Amino acid sequence: MTQSQNFGFGDEEAMLKEAAAKFFADNCPANATHSLVADNSDIHRPIESKWDKNLWQQIVELGWTSVCVPESAGGIGMPVVAAVAIAEEAGKAAFPSPLLSTFNATFAVRACESDAASKLLEEIAMGTSATLAITNEKGSWEARDSDVTAQDGKLTGTAYFVQDAQKADVLVVSANTDNGIALYRVDSNAEGVQLQADGIIDLTRDQARIHFDTVAAELLTENGTQALQEAYPAILFITAADMVGSGEWLLQTTAEYAQTRVQFDRALGFFQAVKHPLVNVMLEIDAAKSLTYNAACAVDEEPENALRLARMAKSAASDMAVFSSSRAVQFHGGIGFTWECYVHLFFKRQMHNHILYGDGKYQRTKLAEMLIDAAA
Amino acid sequence: MSDAAKDTTEQAKFRAHCREWLEANHPGQPSVHIPQGALELSDPEALAWLQKWQKSAYDAGLVGADYSEDCGGGGRNNCQRIANQEMQRAKTPFFPNIIGLGMAAPTVYFHGQEGVKQELIPKLLSGEEMWCQGFSEPGAGSDLANQQTFAKKDGDNWLINGHKVWTSLAHFADWMILLCRTSKEDKYNGLSYFVVPIKSALGKGVTIRPLIKLTGETGFNEVIFEDLLVEDKYRLDEVGAGWKVAMTTLAHERGAGPLTTPIAGGQVRAQKKGSAIGNAAALIDLAKQSHRNAASSAEDPIIRDQIMQLMIRQEGFRQNQRRVSVKALNEHPMRIPLQHKLVGTELNQDIAQLAYEIEGAVSSLYVNDANAAAGGQWQLAYMNSFGVTIAAGANEVQRNILGERVLGLPKSK
Repeated sequence: MTQSQNFGFGDEEAMLKEAAAKFFADNCPANATHSLVADNSDIHRPIESKWDKNLWQQIVELGWTSVCVPESAGGIGMPVVAAVAIAEEAGKAAFPSPLLSTFNATFAVRACESDAASKLLEEIAMGTSATLAITNEKGSWEARDSDVTAQDGKLTGTAYFVQDAQKADVLVVSANTDNGIALYRVDSNAEGVQLQADGIIDLTRDQARIHFDTVAAELLTENGTQALQEAYPAILFITAADMVGSGEWLLQTTAEYAQTRVQFDRALGFFQAVKHPLVNVMLEIDAAKSLTYNAACAVDEEPENALRLARMAKSAASDMAVFSSSRAVQFHGGIGFTWECYVHLFFKRQMHNHILYGDGKYQRTKLAEMLIDAAA
Repeated sequence: MSDAAKDTTEQAKFRAHCREWLEANHPGQPSVHIPQGALELSDPEALAWLQKWQKSAYDAGLVGADYSEDCGGGGRNNCQRIANQEMQRAKTPFFPNIIGLGMAAPTVYFHGQEGVKQELIPKLLSGEEMWCQGFSEPGAGSDLANQQTFAKKDGDNWLINGHKVWTSLAHFADWMILLCRTSKEDKYNGLSYFVVPIKSALGKGVTIRPLIKLTGETGFNEVIFEDLLVEDKYRLDEVGAGWKVAMTTLAHERGAGPLTTPIAGGQVRAQKKGSAIGNAAALIDLAKQSHRNAASSAEDPIIRDQIMQLMIRQEGFRQNQRRVSVKALNEHPMRIPLQHKLVGTELNQDIAQLAYEIEGAVSSLYVNDANAAAGGQWQLAYMNSFGVTIAAGANEVQRNILGERVLGLPKSK
């Protein structure tokens, strides 16, 4: 099977991307985000989740949170590249919201194929936000690993590294059963759910460990491993798309600074010690971006290769995230090292995303198993 | 085939002609060893065999289809593309006069005087007269406008003195396209462009010496001019317009000029595509066959990581070529096109370099050793990879161009 030449990215997707770019530029400029999330620099500040719920409500009304919810469940039902385009623009604005988490949960729920799953998709289409609670204490990215156990439809245990946990309305939880991993739906305000927020570096999102004490849960699928594996490519490239967007902001902002900041009677960008690495940042962003859209198109058009291509995208994007953010701080010089310079918002988001769902080295380890060992 | 679906009436008729002619007149397997590409030609017998093929294709109208009839062309509209498709489909050999067809012909066509065009272009298209390019000099590589070869007015003629380097095919060339200086007053406006005789002037103002690449292979030359006499009619465009004319040459070299270059070479393209060398995925097989520290290289976790890195970069490079056509997914229209040479050549260099590490101790063996892995081709590829990271604007210059034109950074000197 081969993919369409344009990644399935047609006029509608292009219009959506342009609208998202404009929306975030108008409503979520870096200075506003900085005032919102970086008002307290105290290293021992209380752990809080800061975001603009009003903006979230606006994008819900625009339908962007449900672009990949099937039309049959009341969503927009666009190809997955549409979600990638929105994630890229959200990353360019370091947008604090449960958007990416809701996308990721949507992909897992879409793979469940049950009445409970259909009902949850309908709720997402109506504006419910959701997140995945699928990671264990050791931070395993494997679907099989969970520290939560289900017994008689009740969950007990703890899910770790849950993204946007304080913002999400619904949790999609992986739990051990007698027949392997199953996926459950739990409302985050349900009885027996206790959220313990993590103190994280990234100011544009929140993360938590969530304790379950015999919590009544709704089964989404008994075959949770398969559903998560099906969702995994999308989880990887949605995260990659966010990094591509943040990388682009860092590139453009640093290039602008290099055009204006003068040292030794020259704008910084005159010096090839600055110019050439900045071009290298651009090369890495472009490769990561092309790989990300390629992987997204594969989910719809070449599913047998989606995981391989998604790992490639996440690997490239993760490495780029580190490189783009480190160069942005370095080339901003002294000001780049301060809290007042907006660069740190993106730096921290990049470093968070880079590890999330497996960094570049992890992806390449898995790819090597796929491409070197399996082919033997 | 989708190629034929969009043909005009003229193109469809021409395509049928090409197909019919190629079926009856494919030159078949060569009687002599033919190298991978025209730039590696060193054997006169191989050249003669390929020239015979170019002449027969020319006589059938497959070379120069879009050039005007008075210049020996076919006088057709956008038909060279059709001939190229059909020749590649038929997997014909390449044309030897590659510099002539790709660079000299369009430049002479757009900038040459009447009479000169009619004199030079027909024998260029037929391959009877071979061409070379005189741009690079010892002091003018990446800084192409820094030409020192000087043309001095001598009555109605010009006297040329100077030194050209990296001149591919000069040892077979009848003519050269020459960029040189006619004034020292102005860097760019002091340049002029000529076509100059080579073969007929050997020993009469022209000396050719082969340059040997670091691999030990030959392929290009240095050309020395000492009072070479050139008639004024062989000047292209105005005195001082050399830079503008050179841009026509370079646009066609990059496939961005108005005239489509006649390209056959299906045979060689097919070989290259299937060839392991230069493909990151081929490193997997190499690793399985190689050893480091008495263990399989395919089990070395660092080697595994690096092979995956290169396969990812290669896929990214491929997907960039796809994304470039999706306007909404491009931040700047020239951003990906201007990366192409830089990214592609460094990728190939790094792939070949990793092959050394994968091969371990065996990587020390070269093509002249029967025990060399893959016949020493990876070593050869690594060394040759510097040809392309340096040529056509060194990659350092490419980074300047990208930084300045795409990121808006100030010009570096």
